[in-house]
Amino acid sequence: MNGPHDLGGQHGMGPVAPEPNEPYFHAEWEKRALGVTLSCGAFGAWTIDESRHARENLAPETYLSASYYEIWTRALETLLKRHGFVTQAELDGGHMLEKGAAPKRVLKAEMVPGVLAKGGPCDRPVDQRPGFVVGERVRTKNFNPTTHTRLPRYARAKVGTIEAVQGSFVFPDDNAHGRGESAQWLYTVVFDGGEIWGEGADPTLTVSIDAWESYLEHV
Amino acid sequence: MSEHHHGHDHHDHDHHHDNHFTDMEARVKALETVLTEKGLIDPAAIDAIVETYETKIGPRNGARVVAKAWSDAEFADWLKRDATAAIASLGYTGRQGEHMRAVFNTADTHNLVVCTLCSCYPWSVLGLPPVWYKAPPYRSRAVIDPRGVLAEFGLTLSDETRIRVWDSTAELRYLVVPVRPAGTDGLDEEQLADLVTRDAMIGTGLALSPEVLR
Repeated sequence: MNGPHDLGGQHGMGPVAPEPNEPYFHAEWEKRALGVTLSCGAFGAWTIDESRHARENLAPETYLSASYYEIWTRALETLLKRHGFVTQAELDGGHMLEKGAAPKRVLKAEMVPGVLAKGGPCDRPVDQRPGFVVGERVRTKNFNPTTHTRLPRYARAKVGTIEAVQGSFVFPDDNAHGRGESAQWLYTVVFDGGEIWGEGADPTLTVSIDAWESYLEHV
Repeated sequence: MSEHHHGHDHHDHDHHHDNHFTDMEARVKALETVLTEKGLIDPAAIDAIVETYETKIGPRNGARVVAKAWSDAEFADWLKRDATAAIASLGYTGRQGEHMRAVFNTADTHNLVVCTLCSCYPWSVLGLPPVWYKAPPYRSRAVIDPRGVLAEFGLTLSDETRIRVWDSTAELRYLVVPVRPAGTDGLDEEQLADLVTRDAMIGTGLALSPEVLR
């Protein structure tokens, strides 16, 4: 979707303002937001792609003015309601009113080291051979789906070069919407700055994205 | 965001940022309370997650990877070919580091990592991302104006230096291996790791000069 999250190349967002000696957290609630988000992810009720799409679906004025832990928290509320774990009335009142859905797993303290060390690998074998080879020129698709995609707007309908075949991975455009993992080959595609930004582009710049096979066309 | 520094004693102020802050505090509290009452989360697990990222998983992990790559040509070669395995051999695995790639700065090429679409970041080697990495200014500008962004970090590269920006659009997580600074021949890996900053491994900085160790 062409949502507020798709920020590459936008103007007017202001200076980066790195904070010297930045702490890991700026408030206690951010710690809890991190822990609650990861704990709920461990339910196994949604995928990382569905959670990213829930974040992208925040209203643009909310998304652009929120810290990232706020974005996570608001999206988590959506996911918990969608999957039947909590109701809006419970969130409004701050207490349980009904039992709700049961998750596949509840993350207990003793499970934390193992779960964090394992992560969630998303490489998957596919039967087909890669459709593109290293060094090949490719054009990215021009599309504007209202659903989840990981092809940024600035990199659509651009000609670049396959730099690496990175393996085969879960396809987020399907997985975010419960259509299955649909694994595809993934490629690092590199573009000249001038191809992406045109006139006035930094002549020393190249930009790469990691693109699933169905984002690409032969030139 | 700077308003967070106002802390807990500004609840009565009604300007926009403090409302945002207290609103989030209340929302997260409600969420944690409801989920705990339902037995869906374990508050001790949350404490364990926070403690992990405050004390165990941070940029020192990545700095050790870089220092080893600087000291051991065979390891550097492995890191280039299979960063996930090479990094795992040092014990750094897991969440948001499942599929690693290491990209090496050279005399004429500087690498910079961004996630324009969200906040993808190599947690297993760098820990939690800084606020600026996840915020719109960096995400919007790194791909179109990297030199302007680097200048805001106090880094000015020569006009001839090629800049390669890696937009983390998939599940590959990128670690920049900065150029080893001059005058570091006698240093061991732990001393070398002291020169490797978080920003150097994102690409918004360079490795420190060994002068800082003296």
